[in-house]
Amino acid sequence: MTMHTLSVLVENKPGVLARVSGLFSRRGFNIDSLAVGETENPDVSRITIVVNAESSPLEQVTKQLNKLVNVLKIVELDPQVSVARELLLVKVRADRSARSQVLETVNLFRARVVDVAPDTLTIEATGTPDKLDALLRDLEAFGIKEMVQSGLVAIGRGSRSITAGPALRAA
Amino acid sequence: MTRPTPETLAHTARRARAAADPTLDVDQAATRTATPAAPAVRPAAANPISGAGSLVRSLEALEVDVVFGIPGGAILPAYDPLYDSTVRHILVRHEQGAGHAATGYAQATGKVGVCIATSGPGATNLVTPIADAYMDSVAMVAITGQVASPLIGTDGFQEADIQGITLPITKHNFLVQNAEEIPRVLAEAFHLASSGRPGPVLVDIPKDVLQAPTTFSWPPTLDLPGYRPTLHPHGKQIREAARLMAAARRPVLYVGGGVLKAGATDGLRRLAELTGIPVVTTLMALGAFPDSHQQHLGMPGMHGTVAAVYGLQKADLIVALGARFDDRVTGKLDSFAPDAAVVHADIDPAEIGKNRHVDVPIVGDAKHVIDELIAAVTAERAAGRTADLGDWWTQLNDLRTRYPLGYDEPVDGTLSPQYVIKRLGEIVGPDAIFVAGVGQHQMWASQFISYEKPYTWLNSGGLGTMGYAVPAAMGAKVGKPDTVVWAVDGDGCFQMTNQELATCALEGIPVKIAVINNGNLGMVRQWQTLFYNERYSNTELGTHKHRIPDFVKLAEALGCIGLRCESADDVDKTIAAAMEINDAPVVIDFVVGKDAMVWPMVAAGTSNDEIMFARGVRPAFDEDDI
Repeated sequence: MTMHTLSVLVENKPGVLARVSGLFSRRGFNIDSLAVGETENPDVSRITIVVNAESSPLEQVTKQLNKLVNVLKIVELDPQVSVARELLLVKVRADRSARSQVLETVNLFRARVVDVAPDTLTIEATGTPDKLDALLRDLEAFGIKEMVQSGLVAIGRGSRSITAGPALRAA
Repeated sequence: MTRPTPETLAHTARRARAAADPTLDVDQAATRTATPAAPAVRPAAANPISGAGSLVRSLEALEVDVVFGIPGGAILPAYDPLYDSTVRHILVRHEQGAGHAATGYAQATGKVGVCIATSGPGATNLVTPIADAYMDSVAMVAITGQVASPLIGTDGFQEADIQGITLPITKHNFLVQNAEEIPRVLAEAFHLASSGRPGPVLVDIPKDVLQAPTTFSWPPTLDLPGYRPTLHPHGKQIREAARLMAAARRPVLYVGGGVLKAGATDGLRRLAELTGIPVVTTLMALGAFPDSHQQHLGMPGMHGTVAAVYGLQKADLIVALGARFDDRVTGKLDSFAPDAAVVHADIDPAEIGKNRHVDVPIVGDAKHVIDELIAAVTAERAAGRTADLGDWWTQLNDLRTRYPLGYDEPVDGTLSPQYVIKRLGEIVGPDAIFVAGVGQHQMWASQFISYEKPYTWLNSGGLGTMGYAVPAAMGAKVGKPDTVVWAVDGDGCFQMTNQELATCALEGIPVKIAVINNGNLGMVRQWQTLFYNERYSNTELGTHKHRIPDFVKLAEALGCIGLRCESADDVDKTIAAAMEINDAPVVIDFVVGKDAMVWPMVAAGTSNDEIMFARGVRPAFDEDDI
């Protein structure tokens, strides 16, 4: 099994996310991560889905996704030629004795402190899933009180745009 | 016995209404069943109208001649303008009947079938026929009322999230947000339902949207940027398929329902005769290629003919046209047709490679695919490339001779269900439409009636919906009033939906129903016989032992003629008697033996190589045989 990142361009209409996510569960796929947002065209939303699957079942689910009337385009992003990022917010135990060590880790990972309390620091970090995993492993030693992660968003490198195309202009 | 006729009841009411409305011609109203009313596209100028009025005007503009439905609270606004419309509304007795009637109408006519229900239970009663239409790719539009917008999400009275419920079983569905959208959404729904791979589309309209003032203008502009079905196949793939067809020594054309949907049956016959390749037609494709044609091996699959099953199993090339390698056809998938290269043509790209690895994928409408294959195969032949299929045909003909479809007369002297169905087909002839329920009678009807023409066999293939036959026959008869329509039903199936016979009696829809009454859920009983040590848990229905219900009395109570036949000697004359009656629905209770079984059979989950010709009899076609 390998991780695949799908960029799914959909009409920005109510209920489209339910159609897409429902299709994955119905066809027996687990979604690893999912992120949705508007694109430069307010009529078009972009859903980034990370799914763990063999290539032939992935092809089947992609074809089924393409049949959804509200789906405009699906592109699988090759990790070699795309940029992928997640956002992490994590609340770490950091009383006076540990605080400087936590800040050292924050700097090492080019993360930021976004909130301070007497016994905790809340840290914001963006990066690839691998980088955020490494950061979390480091912070675990101090004690993680709470964390929240966004789904992965990804975009291809270079000047080409997947949102250009006749179908998308029509939408 | 008093019984209503087409001239009474429903039509009386309609005439009275028509007489009161000088704009509606009385004769036209009365003969609507025979000739669909011309599309009543009134001037398309924008006039003030309610959402409900806009809905009905849209149906008229879409040339809908009939809808099947039941009113209720949320859909009630739509029934007011419908009362004056050229669209005929047939009041059914259960929404499931409306749904299957729409399906039967669509399958018989090739037009979009329409059903209407109210919110909540009305809508959920449509779920089974919608799922049925989805599995069999039937062009159906279901219109449901929804609770008023402010009530949505509050668990309001008769609220059900029918859009959410039908997400997995519709090609697409809509929840209409405002009345201005109605013409566009209806036009989109009909376009989606009938184009590409057909399928059911649901349009859910909240009550306040139906009541809201709006304007109606036609035609609307469709807004479906993500919907672009591929109709024309890729030339390179067609040439590759033709090359394989010219070279194959053991090819088979595996024909599915897509060929009927595409209206490609003439082309199929030309392609088959041009190449001399054997043809198998799936349960959904019976009638697409004449059963009597020398090249027709029959139906493949679990209860297919030995020749058809063997043909696919030993083929070196399978050319699948509008078929989907369903598990009932392939048997155990990894042992299916191990030596075959596969050309798979389908309008739905997701079907290609879904179950079986494909060597030449072709995405396109079956009509275009077949027409282009004919041209490409002709070019191959012109270049002198043809294969000799003589040995292949020798093997297949030998199997046909040794293992024809047949049955044993019951040893207990009871009436043989296969005999009844065979005689029905022979007496009624190939112009009639046959509609089956699901189970043993369905398989026998597929085996022992000869289908010579397209669109003469309707059944619930994919979902296997018991109760499909009576309402689907009703819909088919409404769509094809001049064609004789016979439902072949089981006693189990018949008890699920027979209330629509009241609809048929009142609305003047003279369908004919042959109930193959073996007193049991026959197919389930057959499995209990074969796989559960003859422990008949909950399959005895009591229609023999207690004659509950008495189908003849039931038929009469529903305003139909009821006949009964219990011996082989009476079969012909009972069918003849039913054929004489054309002004009312007829039900024949054929009381048949309970032990008859459907053969051949590939047991579920086993390989097609394990096909049993009859109980304990395996055809001899091992390796040294070919």
